[in-house]
Amino acid sequence: MNATWSRFNITSIVLGFAFLYLPIVLLIVFSFNESKLVTVWGGFSTKWYVSLFHNQGLMDATWVTARVGVISATVATVLGTLAAITLTRYTRFRGRLLFSGMVFAPLVMPEVITGLSLLLLFVAVGLDRGFFTVTLAHITFTMCFVAVVVQSRLVSFDRSLEEAAMDLGAPPVKTFFQITLPVILPAIISGWMLAFTLSLDDLVIASFTSGPGATTLPMKIYSQVRLGVTPEINAACTILIAVVAVGVIIASIANKRREIQRQLDEQAAQRG
Amino acid sequence: MKSLGSIRRDFAPWNDPNAKPYIQFDKVTKKFGDFTAVNNLSLTIFEREFFALLGASGCGKSTLLRMLAGFEEPSAGRILLDGQDLRGIPPYKRPVNMMFQSYALFPHMTVEKNIAFGLKQEGMPGPDIERRVAEMLKLVKLEQFAKRKPHQLSGGQRQRVALARSVAKRPKVLLLDEPLGALDKKLREETQFELMDLQQELGLTFVVVTHDQEEAMTMADRIAIMDKGEVMQVATPAEIYEAPTSRFVAHFVGNVNMFEGKVTERSASTTRITGATGAQIVVDNGGEATAGSDIVFAIRPEKIKVTSKKPADAVNALEGEVYDVAYLGDMTVYHIKLDDGQIVRASAMNASRVSEDPLTWNDRAWVSFRPDAGVVLAR
Repeated sequence: MNATWSRFNITSIVLGFAFLYLPIVLLIVFSFNESKLVTVWGGFSTKWYVSLFHNQGLMDATWVTARVGVISATVATVLGTLAAITLTRYTRFRGRLLFSGMVFAPLVMPEVITGLSLLLLFVAVGLDRGFFTVTLAHITFTMCFVAVVVQSRLVSFDRSLEEAAMDLGAPPVKTFFQITLPVILPAIISGWMLAFTLSLDDLVIASFTSGPGATTLPMKIYSQVRLGVTPEINAACTILIAVVAVGVIIASIANKRREIQRQLDEQAAQRG
Repeated sequence: MKSLGSIRRDFAPWNDPNAKPYIQFDKVTKKFGDFTAVNNLSLTIFEREFFALLGASGCGKSTLLRMLAGFEEPSAGRILLDGQDLRGIPPYKRPVNMMFQSYALFPHMTVEKNIAFGLKQEGMPGPDIERRVAEMLKLVKLEQFAKRKPHQLSGGQRQRVALARSVAKRPKVLLLDEPLGALDKKLREETQFELMDLQQELGLTFVVVTHDQEEAMTMADRIAIMDKGEVMQVATPAEIYEAPTSRFVAHFVGNVNMFEGKVTERSASTTRITGATGAQIVVDNGGEATAGSDIVFAIRPEKIKVTSKKPADAVNALEGEVYDVAYLGDMTVYHIKLDDGQIVRASAMNASRVSEDPLTWNDRAWVSFRPDAGVVLAR
């Protein structure tokens, strides 16, 4: 391949990256701003990071978000995995089409509608809105994403592995936990991470279903921004970006290393 | 490795009326919806037998194997193993093990753990498991690969792990589903002999499913030829090849020439067959044929001699023209177009480097064969 650095190519790349990342870069830069005014540069400082950790409201919201994220992602992963197994393994049962439609509906449902309908439901059954209802709502809308990820892995799963385990004397439940689960575990883990991320950055559904004392971080940030953006928010967002970036980088490095190791193993096996 | 040939030669429980059947398929039928995979099939397999189910894909041979393993239940009929009816017994409680075509090795476990899996399910104590696993690894010559995972092994090594895993529990019967299908030709031939030695060494009953007739002929004590869910013939490889009982079997195994005709003379020692154009064939084994019946005479290419002149002593000799010659090194295959238009395939071993009776395209030639060279089959 002959890569020619024509003026056109360079311009498109610069514009493309600028379009995607300039806002984020600005946000990060201004989080180190000495000045209280977000748009005026007053020199380098990390004081907003310090004050961030003393902002009890933000810290509380972070803690709520983390708890909601972990609990809802875990429950959604269990339910989503079960749904995926049902959909791939039992291809004929009454109401299968309805069931698969219901599982995947939240994928395309506008968040406002999901949020509103959940709110109406919670009011109707007299459930006090708070930590419990946000978590419940997040389980509902992240479960389908887990189901999609796990289902795509199960479709390519070699059923003869399970037959071999049963043939060797393992009853069905044991076969599931010793063979099926370990083999599809990577898909389940990605499903969990996807659910956690979705829960982490959800604002709309949380706003509808949350109550006093259960303000999530996106809700907190949004409400503070309405009173004017402070560099503190910039700092909080920068930390969020850093956490996500580190996670992505670790995951991709681990993936790459596994890939290389696998290739080496296979070459070694070919040599005998 | 020590020779076990003599044991094999004497082994023929199917000829012994007092021999106890080990596996019995008793009028077994299996339907998938409207499709009948196995149709009212009865079959008996004896202990320590190396039994092959041979047939084209979709003939029901794999279904038969899966019913024995317990992955499918018969729609009708019974399967008995060592006198016990297997109906309703789930696969994990059956004393049979299966080696899968895809090997089905557990990708997240090492070779060692794969082999130990079945033993652990049995609740065998740890030290015994270790001993048995070591024994199995030695048996398949994979001692130094114990800690490897399946993806770190070559195809041949994976096949041996699958084999070790399936015999580790000492099953009453080992089922092999196309065991050598994924190996290349050379490795396949080596492994065929290894499997035979292993079967003798362990004294197990092997039931192998294959579509490769050479594989079945090499390994099996007896072969069942299957077609459309039914058994066409069960016999030793030599009987299947030399004495097929139907046109289907004669066609399915090896190459064959078929002559259609009518029985015009029938006595204890002689059967005369007359073809539509008047050509005559005399055979000494008429089988079931009666005078006047329409039959086919089947003869293998290597039993037909091709010569440029009519052999003086030949009972059966037909004249024609050389249509095609294929030199394959170890033998030469001739296609002779007889004067009545039929093309006969004949093969001759190249016993000497230069043929003393060279024949080439369009030469006049005679095909001849002995009266006992072929079989008479119903049309």
